[in-house]
Amino acid sequence: MIAPGTPAPDFALKDQDGNVVSLDDLKGQTTLLVFYPLDFSPVCTDQLNVYQEVLDELRERGVQMYGISVDSAYSHKAFQEKLNVTIPLLSDFEPKGQVARSFGVYADDYGVAQRALVLIGPDGVVKWSHVSPSPLEVPGVNLIFDALDAAPAA
Amino acid sequence: MADSLSSAQPPAPSAEDHVRGESGLLVIEYGDYECPYCAKTEMLLADLPLRRVFRHFPVPSKHPRAPALSHAAEAVALQGRFWEMHESLFTDQGHLDDPHLWNRIRDLGLDLDRFEADRRSDRVRERVERDFRSGLRAGVMTTPTLFVNGEAYAGVPDAELLTRLRAGPG
Repeated sequence: MIAPGTPAPDFALKDQDGNVVSLDDLKGQTTLLVFYPLDFSPVCTDQLNVYQEVLDELRERGVQMYGISVDSAYSHKAFQEKLNVTIPLLSDFEPKGQVARSFGVYADDYGVAQRALVLIGPDGVVKWSHVSPSPLEVPGVNLIFDALDAAPAA
Repeated sequence: MADSLSSAQPPAPSAEDHVRGESGLLVIEYGDYECPYCAKTEMLLADLPLRRVFRHFPVPSKHPRAPALSHAAEAVALQGRFWEMHESLFTDQGHLDDPHLWNRIRDLGLDLDRFEADRRSDRVRERVERDFRSGLRAGVMTTPTLFVNGEAYAGVPDAELLTRLRAGPG
């Protein structure tokens, strides 16, 4: 798991609409990466549904949220529609899980990302990170706000 | 800006809460009326000797009707019949549209005009919002989530938890 103070590894991934989002694009804003195992698995469903409820509040605090999993952009599009959420979803698909690996949150045994949160500052440096002890434990939004209170977004 | 959503234990029951049962273990539930697991939980808890608090946790992207139903229950609470509405919503989740709500209001013998005004009022919206935010701060991520002695249990209570609840405090 990547530690606070570490520069975030570079990445460039397609979102659900096929647009490429890179770390460079995200510089200048605070970014929350929400790593999760898979689209359409029941636990992720609840996680992003609840996170959607604080999307605007995070924006007000200068934070943009992105979901990220090893699923394809097409899967992400369908997942986003099924969940009825607008959180952009990044596709860590080819090479599979490369970005999750570079952030130290890839579960080799399962071939998917662990459930993890990474807050990246406008300078591209990791401000905070959290990994769930198990995929069934879903980090509450309170943890994100605790991290922001401790290290406010720029 | 709204208050921060930083971590906080669920607030202790207050006069603002819907509390039922005088004694027994205190169970604080976060739930929503469109959630089938919450309906099942309602059945499982109904006859246990508990002190129960119900708080609203509607997540509209998951259950589009949930906020309106929580508002309806709170509007009924203003006419003093919260728990009857609560039970009625969970007992018949196949009938949750507006005309079905109006039928419930008539069956309860309540003032329909007042209900219609109250359920769209800021007071009721803020009441539901307060519950929701207290759930977020307590780390609630799914419905139902029960808090027993400060510990969170997500999902329908299992046999072990039910046994504990039945045994009561001590």
